Amino acid sequence: MSLRLIASQISKSYGGRPVLRGCSFSFEGGTTYVLTGPNGSGKSTFLRICALLEQQDGGEVRYFSGDQEMPRDMALRRRITLVLPQVGVFNTTVFKNVAYGLAVRGTKRHELKERTMNALAFVGLDTKRDQRALTLSSGETKRLGIARALAIEPEILFLDEPTASVDQENTEIIEGIITRLKQQHGRTIIITTHDAGQADRLADRKLVMKNGKIEEYAKK
Amino acid sequence: MDSITQGFIKAFGLIVHLDAELIGIILLTFEVSGVALLLSVIGGVPAGAATGLARFPGRGFVISVMNTLTGLPPVVVGLFVYLLLSRSGPLGFMGLLYTPSAMVIAQTVLALPIVAALCHSAVVAVDQAVRQAAVSLGATPFQTIITIIREARYGILSAVIAAFGRVMAEVGAILIVGGNIAGSTRVMTTTIALETDKGNFELALALGTILLALSFAINAVLHIVQRRGGVHA
Repeated sequence: MSLRLIASQISKSYGGRPVLRGCSFSFEGGTTYVLTGPNGSGKSTFLRICALLEQQDGGEVRYFSGDQEMPRDMALRRRITLVLPQVGVFNTTVFKNVAYGLAVRGTKRHELKERTMNALAFVGLDTKRDQRALTLSSGETKRLGIARALAIEPEILFLDEPTASVDQENTEIIEGIITRLKQQHGRTIIITTHDAGQADRLADRKLVMKNGKIEEYAKK
Repeated sequence: MDSITQGFIKAFGLIVHLDAELIGIILLTFEVSGVALLLSVIGGVPAGAATGLARFPGRGFVISVMNTLTGLPPVVVGLFVYLLLSRSGPLGFMGLLYTPSAMVIAQTVLALPIVAALCHSAVVAVDQAVRQAAVSLGATPFQTIITIIREARYGILSAVIAAFGRVMAEVGAILIVGGNIAGSTRVMTTTIALETDKGNFELALALGTILLALSFAINAVLHIVQRRGGVHA
């Protein structure tokens, strides 16, 4: 049963400055959503709150499996993941970075190795498995972040500006990875980008944020 | 000039022939400094990690105190530990004054704040994105703390090495609380001070050479650790 996410009237302020002003949306399972909008419109904040990485000031984030509401606990957090614009690379090898999410779940060694290698191959980093992750290029680092998320097979994958600060070649590679991911049945992907063209290329459903609210919603 | 040359030749002879007195002093130095370092690590690493990771009332004050204590003058520490352990002091009943234990206490007081403060800096320096990545990938709060400490490992190791350098080179505090008793509390630095006073330069030079070599080795290891951690000194 795929996860559904319902965000209701989410508000958030930083230092008295409102960033989100009653932002609501219902995300259905198995769909790729792209949130777009100008810088400062609240896309990333909304994503972090939906991914349970940040607490909202007002409103509710609720997850449902079928009709049953999921408690906001570690079990739920382990069914979703967010790849941040700054990937946050661990100072170890590429392999150990990608295996991290599996290791903290206590995954058995054989399965951990297999899933890690699959994720690395999916993003084209399998030949760099033993390289120190901090020596990767910025484009490769973004792909590492995606591989790290893929290894844990999340039901909802949040990607915050997945191609920010990346060259054209790596942007195309990353878009290709996301397009292949979309073909995997049942996974929900929620992406933020300020690139309207990218939003059109990747979205099943496009949301436009302005002034801390979702103002437009379009099916592709 | 001749006496210095002669001193070096005799010192070299003591080192090559593994002079018993020399070896005894070196072993005691390592024993006292090693135990003090161990205690400093046991107390300092958790203290530094806690102030780096946790948010609690008075945290800023604790960090300020910790940083201030890194610059404690050794003779002042020696004086306070002496007063604590002296027969009329609050811990006088333990009979620790002029024993290696008193030297360990004094060295620990000097080294623990260094370990704690440098560990704090190392933990705080870990990129916030690393912490968020750990949480986002499903780490529990405890696993997240372990991950951050592991990311700070090179900085923590640097802290330990820096503290080791400090305790090995220490003289003022341990001279006061140890009394520099031959065969009991006489370590490398206190021996150098005593033998220089007496004009016996051979042993002083031999120990000085070993201490310099150790200091060089410690700095070389520190440099390697910093390079491995991506911190170019």
